[in-house]
Order: sequence, then C-alpha cells, then structure tokens
Amino acid sequence: MTRSVPAIEVQDLRKVYGSGNTEVVALDGATFALAQGEIAALLGPSGAGKSTLLTAIGLINPPTSGRVFIGGRLVFEGSRAAVNVRTFRRQFIGYVFQKANLIPFLTARENVQLCLEINGASPRKARQRAMELFEYLGIAERASNLPHMLSGGQQQRVAVARALANRPQLILADEPTAALDSFRGRQVMELFRQVAREQGAGVLVVTHDHRSLDVFDRSFEMIDGKLAEATPTAAAPTEAPAFP
Amino acid sequence: MNLAIRDVRHNFARFILTVLGLGMLLMIVMGMGGIYRGLIEDATLLVDRIDADFWVVQRDTRGPFAEVSRVPLLLEDRLRSVEGVAGARAFVSHTIQREHRGLPLRVGVQGLSWPEDKGAWLPIVQGRPLAHPHYEMVADELLGLGLGEKVALGKDTYTVVGLTRAMVGQGGDGLAFFTVSDALAIQNDTPGEAIRLEREARRVRADENGIASTNPGLLEMADAPAASIPAVAPSQASAILVSLEPGADPQEVANVLNGWTDISVHTTAGQRDLLLTGSVDKARRQIGLFTAILVTISAIIMALILYTLTLDKVHDIAMLKLMGARNTMILGLIVQQAVMMGALGYGIAYYIGIWLFPRFPRRVIVVESDLVLLAVIVLFISVLSSILGIAKAMSIQPNEVLS
Repeated sequence: MTRSVPAIEVQDLRKVYGSGNTEVVALDGATFALAQGEIAALLGPSGAGKSTLLTAIGLINPPTSGRVFIGGRLVFEGSRAAVNVRTFRRQFIGYVFQKANLIPFLTARENVQLCLEINGASPRKARQRAMELFEYLGIAERASNLPHMLSGGQQQRVAVARALANRPQLILADEPTAALDSFRGRQVMELFRQVAREQGAGVLVVTHDHRSLDVFDRSFEMIDGKLAEATPTAAAPTEAPAFP
Repeated sequence: MNLAIRDVRHNFARFILTVLGLGMLLMIVMGMGGIYRGLIEDATLLVDRIDADFWVVQRDTRGPFAEVSRVPLLLEDRLRSVEGVAGARAFVSHTIQREHRGLPLRVGVQGLSWPEDKGAWLPIVQGRPLAHPHYEMVADELLGLGLGEKVALGKDTYTVVGLTRAMVGQGGDGLAFFTVSDALAIQNDTPGEAIRLEREARRVRADENGIASTNPGLLEMADAPAASIPAVAPSQASAILVSLEPGADPQEVANVLNGWTDISVHTTAGQRDLLLTGSVDKARRQIGLFTAILVTISAIIMALILYTLTLDKVHDIAMLKLMGARNTMILGLIVQQAVMMGALGYGIAYYIGIWLFPRFPRRVIVVESDLVLLAVIVLFISVLSSILGIAKAMSIQPNEVLS
C-alpha cells in the first residue's frame, strides 16, 4: 500500500434498515476518502448514523449499496463483500470501542497477544510486541492483570494496544474516550494521531469530545445519515514518545 | 494460546462444581452398569462355581434357579449307574429368613452332598470346609456371622466353621452351605406343636377307617418321627449334579438321561442361559434401559451446561470473530471444555465409585471393559453435547460486540 492510495475511500454508501413503512435510512449516500497517515473525527448527534458508517467501513455490518475501498482494494460493493472479510479485518483493521471489550479470562497481555497470534505471530513474538505496546501506553506493570483488575482507563489502553497490535492500515474507533477522564481521553486521541503519523494508518474516530478536535486533521459531521465535512482543524504538537 | 484452559482457570469454582455434578451423574451410570454386572454374577455364581457337567432336575422344569424343582435323593444312585457318569451329588437350595441376635437373618441355604462334597471348592477366606455330617455351616461374610458363631435354625444349632467371600444368591442374600441332610432339615423344619397335632391326626385317621384295629402297629408308628414313617414321601433335592468321567461323551450321556421320563437334563451352560434369559432377564433389561436413560440425561445436562457456558461468552466470541479468529479456534474453545468436563467428570465418577460401590448392600461389579465403554460413551456425549454450544457460537456475529 503506497501513500498515494487513500487508506479508505467510501462512495455513495447507503444503509437501509427494514422496508416499506418501517424503512429507516441510517446512511444516506456517504462519500469521503481518508488519506494514509490522516486522522479524522466523525461528529454528530446520537442516532445520526456514525456507528453505522463505522461498522460498514469496518466490515462488521455490510452496507445496502455503495462501495468501500480500503488501501485501494474494493472490499464492499453493495452488500457483497469483495474480499474475505475475516482475513481482511484481521490484517488491515484495528477497532476500539466505547467499552474495552477485553476477553475477561485473559490477562491484559494475553488479550493483545491473542490478537497477534490469530494473525499468525509466534507466541514469543506476540508477547514481545504486546509488551512493547504496553510500555508505550504506560501499562506494562498491569500486563499480568485480568481485565476486572484494571481501571476503565487502563482497560481502554489495553484495547488500544490490541487495535494497534497488528499495525493495521485503518483504525476505527467508536467513542474510545467516553469512559475516560479528559486527560486520559486526550492521551488516547494523541496516541491515535501519532499512530497515523508514524505508521501511515488512516484513523477515523467517532467522538462527542469537542475538546480534542484540535488533534484531528479533518472532521466530518453526520446528521440524519448524511455526511458532510466540517471546518478543517489544525493539528496540535505531540509530546508522546515514538510509536513502537 | 489455549483459551479453554484459561477460561476454566478464570471460572474455576463454577467449573469444578459443574464437573462434580456431572461426575456424580456419571458415577450413577457407572454404578448401574456395575449393578447389572453384579446381578448377573450373583445369579450365575453357583452355576459357574459348583463345577457340574449336568444339572438333573424335575421333568419339564428349568432347574432350581428358575422354578421349583423336586427330585428324589435316590436319583443320585440311579445316575451313578449310568455309563460315563463319574459322580452324582444332590443339590438343595432354598432361602430362609430367621431371627438371629434380635435381627432378621436372610440366608440362601445350600446343601452339599456329604461326604462327596464338603465344600472344598468354596472360596473360603477364613476357617475350613465342612468336616462333620451335621451341625456345621460355611457362611458368607455378607451374613455378618463370625467364625465359631452358633446359629439356631429350626430345632438344631449350627456352628460357623468357615467364611466365604462374595458367595451370594441371585436375590443378593449371602449363602450358607450345609450338608444336604441339614439343609433339608432346615427346609422341612416343623414346630413341635405341629408334630404333636399331626401324630394325633394320624391316630384319629387310623381309628376312623379301622386300619388301627387290623394293624395295631400303625398306632405305634404314629408316634414315630415323620422321617421314619414309610408312608411319608422321601426327602427331595432341588437337583442332582452330575460329573462325567474324563473322556466320556457328554452328548451320549445326555441322550441316555433324556430317555428317562421323570427328569430333565441341562448342561451347566444351558442352566446359565436359562438363568440369564429367565429369572434375571427382566431385571437385567430394566437396569440396561435405566442406564441408557441416564446416559441420555447426562448428555442433555452436558449440552445444557455447554450451551449456557457459550451464552456467557457471546460477547467474547463476537470479539474473537471481530479480531478474525478462525472458527476452529472458537470450536476448540467449546469442544476442549466439553472434553475436559467429560474427562474430569469421568475421573470423579471412577474415584467416588471405587470408594462408594463396595459399601452398597448388593454387589456392584465394575469391570475394565465397562469402564472403557463408558469412557468412549462419555467422549462421544462430550462431543455430541457441544453441538448445541457450537451452533450458538457459529451464529454469533462480530457486530454483537457492539451490543
């Protein structure tokens, strides 16, 4: 994947739930592109279709019509997947949700390690990579703890580590800082930006947190299923250490 | 990374309790199989151990274990005269229930043909076989009698001279071995008052029909013991056991005996088959059916447990799918837990069983082949019961992680 190819490109994406009188248009012709190394915010009120767009791009919930390209490859044409979605998700997309969604019977390190092993890494390399990410995210001392022993912020940082583990080309985050305090929230947002910069990944973040908008290269606003680009935001300088 | 082990470790207490419950259920399955074996073993014990070639019984009966059979003791001598017959001995078998030490004592009374058979073939663990023609008995440990203990049966008292192990009748009662004459005395014991009444009745009958006036000696004999009165039928045995001479043709001897119209002849194998297809057959089938039902219940319970465990992990499985985990990894999680559950349940069933079964009132015999068969069944139901959980896991969509 070269820098000239957009990390993601969406063309006239529609998602319709139900039919006839019960038809609900959740996505109404969304079209946008996100360059590699670019981080964008997706804003909008609840029920506007932000999560629907994110899950459609993330190959979790197929669209009704339209096209989705990731790294220049067509992945969805209408509701038909053009790639093996499971393999594609594993290799190219990292997810962070509002809830950390950690597997409760695995330690923090194992949660990240499993993600790497699923993608073919050896246990030794997976452990090493997980610890690198934990060092970077400042939770190395919590690596052996089970999720219920971690605070909400620590859990979310583990989830971020998991999303970054396979060095994905696209990171999709759905209100990742909703459960965090403002300091931790900003840290996570800056981390995403750093990943975008250093790894060349496209990062799309659904957020309600307007205090961190300066972190994003671009902002999109979604209202009633329609997507529009908001005023460009200026990127703030970062103090974070180099991404592993 | 083995997810099944990690999940078990995380929910260890719940897993152990589940396995314990399953183990107890499997122990009952194992026990039912053992009871089934015990029933057969108890039923065929005497037939197998007594070492006879032929069982000669009352004509058209199936032998003493299937129904009442009465043959005269004199039949022994007739049988000994047949060419090819090395020996014949009476077999007396009946069950009595008397009171001993203030408690009911239920005994399977077996008569040994003295002096040919003193019970040397019995599995005596303490004491000795019979050494005198009267008032001695060899009892099974199950009866709870001690060596040298005296037991009053009828008008006589018998001393326990030997103890056997695992000699029980088909009803599960401990067996006791006496000489045939003692066994018959116990069987035909009549209370003193009944004897006195019978003697008086004899006198009245003799006077009424005038026999006494023409044959006064009959009145004197009326006072004699029942056994010495010619008119009274001779003592009878349940069967006569025949042993053949080495090299004798069993078919030829059987052909001769079958020509006698007052008896029927069964081989030991035939007697065994009659037992299994006759008196114990219904109990055997009942236990077999009950065992099958228990196995089915175990499978259903296991399926429900695994399904519930899978439901608990819907979110985690959705996350695994979102991370791109292969189906085999998710299947492995469920099937490995099912097999772990089955294997540990089986182990618990085995160890509780070997501790508990000897304490059962009837014999529970768990043989290796049954253990292997149960292990295979447990493995099979473990995999089978995980199908429900697997079906649920396969139906989980990655987007459920958002719910």
